[in-house]
Amino acid sequence: MDTEIDIKGLSEGLLISLPTGDWESVRDMLLDAVAQQAEFFNGARVALQLLDRELGAAELGRLRDELSSSGVTLWAVLSTNEITRGAAADLGLDRELPSRSPRTSEDRPTGDQALPGEEAILIERTLRSGHSVRFPGHVMVLGDVNPGAEITAGGHIIIWGRLRGVVHAGAEGDESAVVCALDLAPTQLRIASHISVSPARKGKPKPEMALVREGQLIAEPWQAKRG
Amino acid sequence: MTAKIVTITSGKGGVGKTTATANLGAALASHGLRVVCIDADIGLRNLDVVMGLENRIVYDFVDVVEGRCKLRQAMIRDKRLENLFLIPAAQTRDKTAVSPQDMIRLGEELRHDFDWVLIDSPAGIERGFRNAIAPADLVLIVTNPEVSAVRDADRIIGLIEAEEKGPGRLILNRVKPEMVRRGDMLGTEDILDVLAIELIGIVPEDERVTVATNQGVPIALDAGSRAGQAFQNIARRLLGEEVPFESLEGRDGFFGRISRLMRAGGEG
Repeated sequence: MDTEIDIKGLSEGLLISLPTGDWESVRDMLLDAVAQQAEFFNGARVALQLLDRELGAAELGRLRDELSSSGVTLWAVLSTNEITRGAAADLGLDRELPSRSPRTSEDRPTGDQALPGEEAILIERTLRSGHSVRFPGHVMVLGDVNPGAEITAGGHIIIWGRLRGVVHAGAEGDESAVVCALDLAPTQLRIASHISVSPARKGKPKPEMALVREGQLIAEPWQAKRG
Repeated sequence: MTAKIVTITSGKGGVGKTTATANLGAALASHGLRVVCIDADIGLRNLDVVMGLENRIVYDFVDVVEGRCKLRQAMIRDKRLENLFLIPAAQTRDKTAVSPQDMIRLGEELRHDFDWVLIDSPAGIERGFRNAIAPADLVLIVTNPEVSAVRDADRIIGLIEAEEKGPGRLILNRVKPEMVRRGDMLGTEDILDVLAIELIGIVPEDERVTVATNQGVPIALDAGSRAGQAFQNIARRLLGEEVPFESLEGRDGFFGRISRLMRAGGEG
């Protein structure tokens, strides 16, 4: 985390941890990252982890404005530095995360049983027209995704139900991401930079998995993973 | 008396919210219950026209909210049913004249005097819709067997769930049994498959509705009309009766479904 920007998904938005070092270059690095993945960040709510970095209200305010011009809402600033906390308070930003924030990888139980995993969210409801889910990790839905609903995920998208809305897996450019659904009939399906629409259905719906193979977006029967 | 407050909404315009409100009001009142219908479509009022009471309006809903008259003065008694009332919308104002709190206050005031309060919601998902569902105990969603109407109904159901007024119940309006049978129209099952909420009524397309609406006579009072009968059945279901659903898809429903399936496959 010392030289790179680290992004985690929370149920309230994204938590971005910034590296140490000269503020100007760190800030440019963050704005570059946002610009490069404009689609992923557009509309996102962001909390910044600044550790003990000292920032005045003017610098924080400028960053907030620059982020907001890329469609990113700065909602909280986490810091142990009193001046930075004061500046955040002056700007009306939160200084703490809500206590129900999900576990991050650091505080997962570390007993013998714990297996390494990745960040994912589980949505236990049907996503209806107008609903939108955006998450940097994997997204699982126990329910349907209706026409007019959207999911954007950094990783895989797994739908235990009917998929009829718009989904984008691997939105940060990960071509190994997949989209699985019991009934795969999306309005539009995207993986990384590949886009496809569903062919007209033939016969009964079967569980299918969409993936990128040799530069082509394809769907195949969704079966247990071998090997 | 403690009234139940029911809001009739749809998202999309023109699917039959106002017709449904007027007819459910008439059907409930014909059971001898005290019913008031509120037109929450401020600026585009037409429940008064459908109920044939346009020429009796003196005060409207915004006059009540802004304190220019008493609630009782804005209530218009129906021509045929003496226990059915209308509170008309203002024609010259817009939705911002009323807030959700105003609606809740009005609903609570009416609760004591009536058995049923029906609110006709405006189309859309903005302020007018939020006003209309604010006081509701139950929301009825009206849709037509068309892809765009179903899509909007889905959006509205999501918003109703978010306001914790959900899930609501569905009125499927203007169904043409003949077209469903031929596989040219979305069938009830297809729609319930997407919306996944409980059905409270299926109303067939009926030319007599247009005639009745233009004359300001509720079709629900016409015993010979299939649509009128369907509204009567919805009213009975609201009253807690178990009324079987009309079989609109005809006796050849099974073959109709098979041919629909084959057609869907054949398109691929």
